[in-house]
Amino acid sequence: MTANSGTGIAERVTGARRGDRVGDSPARPDGAQKTRGEFAFSSDLWMDGMLWGKTLRSPHVAAKIRSVDTAPALAIPGVRAVVTAADVPGRPTFGLDVPDQPVFASEVIRYHGEPVAAVAADHPEAARAAAAAIFVDYEPLVPVVDPEIALEASPIHPDGNVFRHLVIRHGAPDATGDVVVEGDYEVGMQDQAFLGPESGLAVPAEDGGVDLYIATQWLHVDRDQIAASLGVPAERVRLYLAGVGGAFGGREDVSLQIHLCMLALRTGRPVKMVYARDESFFGHVHRHPARMWYRHHASRDGDLVKVEARIVIDGGAYLSSSNAVISNAACFAPGPYRVPNALVEGYAVRTNNPPCGAMRGFGAVQVCFGHEAQMDKLAAALFMDPVELRLRNALERNDRLVTGQVLRGAVPVREVIRAAASHPLPPPPDPAGPVTARPGGAGATAGPEDVRRGVGFAVSMKNIAYSEGFDDFVTARLRLEAGVDGEAVATVSVATAEVGQGFVTLAAQIVREELGVARVVLAPPSTVDVGSAGSSSASRQTWMSGGALQLACATLRAELVVRAAELWECAATQCLFDDGDVVRAATGERLSVPDLLAPAPLETEHEFHHRPTRALDADGQGDAHLSFMFAAHRAVVDVDPELGLVRVVQIATGQDVGKAINPVQVTGQIEGGVAQGIGLAVMEEIVVTEGHVRNPSFTDYLLPTVLDMPDVLATVIEEPEPGAPYGAKGVGEPPTISSGPAVLAAIRDATGFPVTRAPVRPEDIALTWMRRTS
Amino acid sequence: MPPEGPATARSLGGPADGPAYVQADRYELLVNGTRRTVEDAWLGESLLYVLRERLGLPGSKNACEQGECGSCSVLLDSVVVCACLVLGVDAIGSQVETVEGLSADGDVAEIQAGLVDAGGVQCGFCTPGFVVAVHDLLRRTPLADEMAVREALSGNLCRCTGYGRILEAVRRVQRSRAVSDDSDGSDGGTGDGE
Repeated sequence: MTANSGTGIAERVTGARRGDRVGDSPARPDGAQKTRGEFAFSSDLWMDGMLWGKTLRSPHVAAKIRSVDTAPALAIPGVRAVVTAADVPGRPTFGLDVPDQPVFASEVIRYHGEPVAAVAADHPEAARAAAAAIFVDYEPLVPVVDPEIALEASPIHPDGNVFRHLVIRHGAPDATGDVVVEGDYEVGMQDQAFLGPESGLAVPAEDGGVDLYIATQWLHVDRDQIAASLGVPAERVRLYLAGVGGAFGGREDVSLQIHLCMLALRTGRPVKMVYARDESFFGHVHRHPARMWYRHHASRDGDLVKVEARIVIDGGAYLSSSNAVISNAACFAPGPYRVPNALVEGYAVRTNNPPCGAMRGFGAVQVCFGHEAQMDKLAAALFMDPVELRLRNALERNDRLVTGQVLRGAVPVREVIRAAASHPLPPPPDPAGPVTARPGGAGATAGPEDVRRGVGFAVSMKNIAYSEGFDDFVTARLRLEAGVDGEAVATVSVATAEVGQGFVTLAAQIVREELGVARVVLAPPSTVDVGSAGSSSASRQTWMSGGALQLACATLRAELVVRAAELWECAATQCLFDDGDVVRAATGERLSVPDLLAPAPLETEHEFHHRPTRALDADGQGDAHLSFMFAAHRAVVDVDPELGLVRVVQIATGQDVGKAINPVQVTGQIEGGVAQGIGLAVMEEIVVTEGHVRNPSFTDYLLPTVLDMPDVLATVIEEPEPGAPYGAKGVGEPPTISSGPAVLAAIRDATGFPVTRAPVRPEDIALTWMRRTS
Repeated sequence: MPPEGPATARSLGGPADGPAYVQADRYELLVNGTRRTVEDAWLGESLLYVLRERLGLPGSKNACEQGECGSCSVLLDSVVVCACLVLGVDAIGSQVETVEGLSADGDVAEIQAGLVDAGGVQCGFCTPGFVVAVHDLLRRTPLADEMAVREALSGNLCRCTGYGRILEAVRRVQRSRAVSDDSDGSDGGTGDGE
């Protein structure tokens, strides 16, 4: 990318390898640029006369704001503007679902790190100094940080403390089993920890609006929230997707977007803002912590009779996507098993903890720790093999979920279980092996004689795309024209956010597959020339944007056939489309796509909606979901119980993908998702005490490194999903769901300890060891 | 098409005038073999900031800016450092090599192609740092075994790939070099000496 290209990030991404079709593994079209440092991420943008933005955030968890004095900040040389709640021109709040979150706190602080003001200055250091110089007079309040207490406490927000209370009643509520097992489980707060920090560049426009270059998961929903708070019509807020350095759900909500646009409009100059890592931890929502109680009933033979569960997720101070998260948690509380009777109660609660929202696998991740621990407990009570118990109760096509929904699609639960179980196990721990291969790694703290091996298993399910009646759609436009050299060029316009998942590769594969056109160009995603594509989340873009493209291709293919038929003066039904040519069946004559495009280009636009889903009724019953993905994971761990150290040795998995459109990319999703699952299992947690975030840095929030990652043995099950393009389900989330619970099961196997909380901290193991051995 | 939009930091310079309350200065750095002048810079700026915002070299990334993630890895007098932990002025008199400059090296290009082909690139934010780290590893210990490779790359975080395809890329480059080394009879280290 060069400066004189004028449009900077608007450079088109091309990938023109003939033969790179559906089922192949062509390389990413943006890969080479990324390796050379030439790909423009949102933090790489730059403009003449640009200012730097910085946010001031509350050091308090809960407080009243008595006053804000911005004068000391404005007195600092190089400071051009300070904005606060008083300066928000339009709606003072924003939110993905309901606008319940202030753009800037005005009277009340509800969480540690809530924005109070933002500054624009000539230099980032001046902006930092200015933010620090703003004087805010806080009156600290006692925060409400326990979700169980918050349920009963006086409201900390006008909308109340209960975001959603959801009950699922299915079958006979008083049914009981011969064998009953019960347990309490807990999951901590995980961070998406995408590497590219929140960042963007806002440029004031002549029409009074603003052009925003931004890393996000959903351009159009950002735009609508920004426009509402700026008080300008949506069409004057133009968003262009800047390079996105990972997302994992953490860019679904607005972070700096509105602040940045306000500063640009206030100063009349371009403003860039880049969160430092500590601010990133405060600047986006996290994975909901959860507390779960479960009681499973089964017959003597091992058939599940009833599942009872109570699930409480801590949504933190503002709603974000908590309603959908608790819905997933409740719907999938039993896991991928046939459960004739169920009573599930789910609560999403508001507290003064950091706001929580979307992260890879949301809702399904938390409950999987519960239902899989329960399945192991049940297997032990029944003296059954845990894998056998799962196979026995595995969902099949035409089974019902506890929501009453009948599974009409591909349900290869047994296949994923068998695939995960059939991978070879690793060799036993080698006392003479390198110390780096032991628990504790390079610290060499574990003695070889103390290491215990364990194996655990877990299975999971999750919905694809949006549920509960949400009108989920993608708008895509496809243009076919003859290029200057006579070759056909297909241009795709779709606002789908490429966040690293590889949609840019798939889009070109789909167009090549459908039209036989080698040269496929993706127009830069924006809100300007195409409608919404929805979010790059819920494993939905392969199905949704892929489906929209497939439909657009089919339309243009039909139009090409009509053009050929007109030239041949025959019926269109006598012409076939064959790999980039139209063939006249009777004579075998052929016309190529470029030939047919010579008179005029072709263009079509489609809005692709998935089959409607329905709201859950008062008993939590209804066809709320479009489709489901299943996965199984087997984990092998080595544990030093005395020191509480764990090393994950191997993960084997079977995953239901429908169809692997790009097998290398599917592999990358599986391995990357497993890494996040392992992270949640043994190391990743935002530590929050009395509402204070204690570890907002990569020094203290631990991410798996290449030394922590085991080998991943993966098998994909390709049973086509009816109604999905090429039968392909999503692949992004399942690897993150049951990999972590499999690791906890393996730790239980190695130690014999209950291990009911993720992440498993060294003290959780070592203190149990101490109690049991003393 | 968007209106006249922003360039990347590849265009020249940064904000014209640094904050007046801090000491500003002018100094020279040797970056990718070229003498570059840094104008009116605050002396507190990190080498990473100077590269990205003043010299138009945004290839080194800013994922954590506290030396934990390796996304800003550059070579400083042939040693891998986190550019976020080095002051710009501390690089005076040293040779700085960034991913942009290294990309001209055929060995580095081989690593870059390997990462793309093996599927080692997803969002790509960690990728330039990995390119620098893998290049540094393989020129020191071309035959590093898997554990040595893991140790050498353990200072680079990747959140997308789970590292599997990155390790595969390193193996592919090693294999391809082993084949060409066999033909010229040279010998490489194995990483045992680390």
